[in-house]
Amino acid sequence: MEIIMSILAGILFSAGVYLLLQRQLLKIVFGTALLSHGAHLLILTMGKLNRGAPPILEEGIKDYTDPLPQALILTSIVISFGVTSFLLVLAYRAYRTNKTDNMEQLRGSDHD
Amino acid sequence: MLQYAVLAPFLTALVVPFLFRYIRAIHTGWLILPIPFGIFTYFLSQLTNISEGHNQHSMVQWVPSLGMNFSFYLDGLSLLFSLLISGIGTLVVLYSIFYLDKNEKLHNFYVFLYIFMGAMLGVVLSDNIYALYLFWELTSISSFLLIGYWYERQASRYGALKSMIITVLGGLSMLGGLILLSIITGTTSIREMIAASDTVLESPYFTGILVLILLGAFTKSAQFPFHIWLPDAMEAPTPVSAFLHSATMVKAGIYLTARLFLLFGGTDIFFVLVTGFGLLTLCWGSYMAVRQTDLKAILAFSTISQLGMIMTMLGFGTKEAAFAAVFHIFNHATFKGSLFMVAGIVDHETGTRDIRRLGGLMTLMPISATLAFFGAFSMAGVPLPIFNGFLSKEMFFKTSLDLETTSTLAASIAPFVPALAVFGSIFTFVYSMYFFFHTFTGKTRGELKVKPHEAPIGMLISPIVLVLFVIIVGLLPNMINEPILTPATAAIYGELPDKHIVFWHGFFEPALYMSMIVVALGVILFLTRTKWQSVYNWIPGVLSANKTYDYLYNMQFRVSEKTTRTYMTGSIRHYMLYILIFIIGATGVTLFVTDGFVIDTSDLAPISWPEVAVGLVMAIAAIATILMKNRIAAILVLGIVGYGLSLLFVFFRAPDLALTQLIVETVTVALFLLCFYHLPKLDTKKQPVGAKTLNIIVSVSVGVLVTLVAIASHSSKKFETIAHYFIEESHHLGGGNNVVNVILVDMRGLDTLFEITVLGLAALGIYAMIRLRDKEEME
Repeated sequence: MEIIMSILAGILFSAGVYLLLQRQLLKIVFGTALLSHGAHLLILTMGKLNRGAPPILEEGIKDYTDPLPQALILTSIVISFGVTSFLLVLAYRAYRTNKTDNMEQLRGSDHD
Repeated sequence: MLQYAVLAPFLTALVVPFLFRYIRAIHTGWLILPIPFGIFTYFLSQLTNISEGHNQHSMVQWVPSLGMNFSFYLDGLSLLFSLLISGIGTLVVLYSIFYLDKNEKLHNFYVFLYIFMGAMLGVVLSDNIYALYLFWELTSISSFLLIGYWYERQASRYGALKSMIITVLGGLSMLGGLILLSIITGTTSIREMIAASDTVLESPYFTGILVLILLGAFTKSAQFPFHIWLPDAMEAPTPVSAFLHSATMVKAGIYLTARLFLLFGGTDIFFVLVTGFGLLTLCWGSYMAVRQTDLKAILAFSTISQLGMIMTMLGFGTKEAAFAAVFHIFNHATFKGSLFMVAGIVDHETGTRDIRRLGGLMTLMPISATLAFFGAFSMAGVPLPIFNGFLSKEMFFKTSLDLETTSTLAASIAPFVPALAVFGSIFTFVYSMYFFFHTFTGKTRGELKVKPHEAPIGMLISPIVLVLFVIIVGLLPNMINEPILTPATAAIYGELPDKHIVFWHGFFEPALYMSMIVVALGVILFLTRTKWQSVYNWIPGVLSANKTYDYLYNMQFRVSEKTTRTYMTGSIRHYMLYILIFIIGATGVTLFVTDGFVIDTSDLAPISWPEVAVGLVMAIAAIATILMKNRIAAILVLGIVGYGLSLLFVFFRAPDLALTQLIVETVTVALFLLCFYHLPKLDTKKQPVGAKTLNIIVSVSVGVLVTLVAIASHSSKKFETIAHYFIEESHHLGGGNNVVNVILVDMRGLDTLFEITVLGLAALGIYAMIRLRDKEEME
């Protein structure tokens, strides 16, 4: 299962990076969202999958799945939500100000 | 005690700005004049100690674990230089009080000057190579600042930069040489290196070390072809030229060569390099001096040539030559220092240094003329017992005839040495005469802005003191022999010289005839000077090293600008590509080189089909996000990936993650749907095939790399899991049963706090960006 999930993480990364290299701001925002999904899956897979019970302590259960990656991912989900929404509004703002959402046209001049 | 002598000028430099600011009534120079004088008297008091062989040593620890310490050592050689630095330093500060007006930027000037003084004392007293290098570069920097003192002048900035680039270049190569030496000998102390000179001699790196260190010495001491910075350094105020660029800093290279003489001296390569470049510099410098029209330029090229002469003598490798070199270091400092000061006086009183416009100043400025007479005639080496320059120059001729050579290469060069020595000295004679007679005799040649008159007495004291040394040492050379010259030679050569300086060697002394030839040909060339003018103007022409420097200097800007332009395109996509390609390269290569990729299938969770099905849907949705042409469709398929992920979290027993992901995904999709309306439609224009292929290659490589790293990290568990710690301690430490929650709010509570801060900041930013209205929207 871990190998399949690793491959899935790889696919998510590929798609994310590909979108990151596009010209349109909206696509770049899509890219970052996909990248964070990939990263979360990657972190989870690096621990072991499907061993033991969910990490909520209960009488009589000894084996729990690793709680640390989950804690890290939880932080990361929230942060990437912040980043995605910020980027989205930034894209909106950049478009309103510059009248274009094409990164190739947003280079700035030589003397900036 | 030694460390305080080095520290004192630095401390003074710290106070100078305050003195200048709060005590305006008195020229700042007066207030700080006692410092160098005090240092000078301290070193004078060490004369007997040193000549009796009691060398002084003191140490201040800096980074002992790396062998970096301020270890100061005073022997004959460092004493000679310390006396020159503090003695001439005192005279120069005194002179500068009259040279620079109270309204000048004195705080800058004296801060730089005292930093230099401290650094230069540090150079000649340091026994530790790192301390030596530190002080060495400090002298370069302070010299840069002093040359650029009148920074509003273009020529000053050019000269300052040039000197900095050339001397720091040499300094770095010297550092390389010194580090190699310390690796071979296993010590950072110069004295201990010299004690281990056999190891150095046998080392295969010997030639490399020698070349690197000599590069440092040659650039600093303005040896051909690195001499070009010195004439441009004349843009500095004249006291600086007298101090740094004739008496002290430019002799740092000489000092270094002398200091390491016991390591390198006597080898053929040392002889060939040092004598070869020294002679070349001697001849080139004195030839170039003849064609100059600026008084200070004449003196600059003259300094170059005299430094070449001292280098040549060090290269000879004999005891007599070392003694002659020491003697000439002393003499040169006296007569050249006084000449620079006279040039400064002439400049100050007439408003020009152009020798073509000067003349007949003898009647107007009799004292300066007398001082110039002694300085110039001593520099020319006129055989009279009142000029110290003659004594050391004759020693130079004599030692050039008594070379001890061991190899055929050295032996084949040796016969040319006396001839070249005479050749260079003829021009020395010519420019010395030119300097004196053209400035002080004859008629005034051009209209001067001011009516020249004799300088104020304060300005004359310093050159008078130096000229007194010229005469006294000329008459009684052995007065400085025992206390100064002998210990210095002993420190260079390792043995006490048995030398008594005599003026008259009798008629059968070949050196006498060499001097005679110099004087005779020099007089002829000087008298027929106008006829040779065309020759002087013709050479060097394109041969000039300045052209090479300027070419390289400009080239460096053009090349770097071109290179930068090729990759700094302004396109974010390109920058992103560089980063990604670097990641692929660095991680991929590491994975490959360290054999990092392993795959271990023994410890895998069993494959469950529902999970695989969800994964498949996610993969398809991710790719669909790329392909979708419609904004809403793209947002929805992106949502599928997110919801699929939260489903996976459910499968993988992460209930908190699943819940959070579900909420976040819903909000995100809602946000996208709110926003997209304000953004333009997706671009359906085809990308160029090349760019598209590159994007695909890079993104697929990143994906593959991530997969490989994930599999490898799963298969090779290098570290034990720490999961059990959290599970065991969760209830005990955090009082909670949901371990993930305990980690977040308790064990890594601060982390979560900052996470909330980030979220808050993002919210603020979003709010600000939405509220922001540009002009158009306002209307």
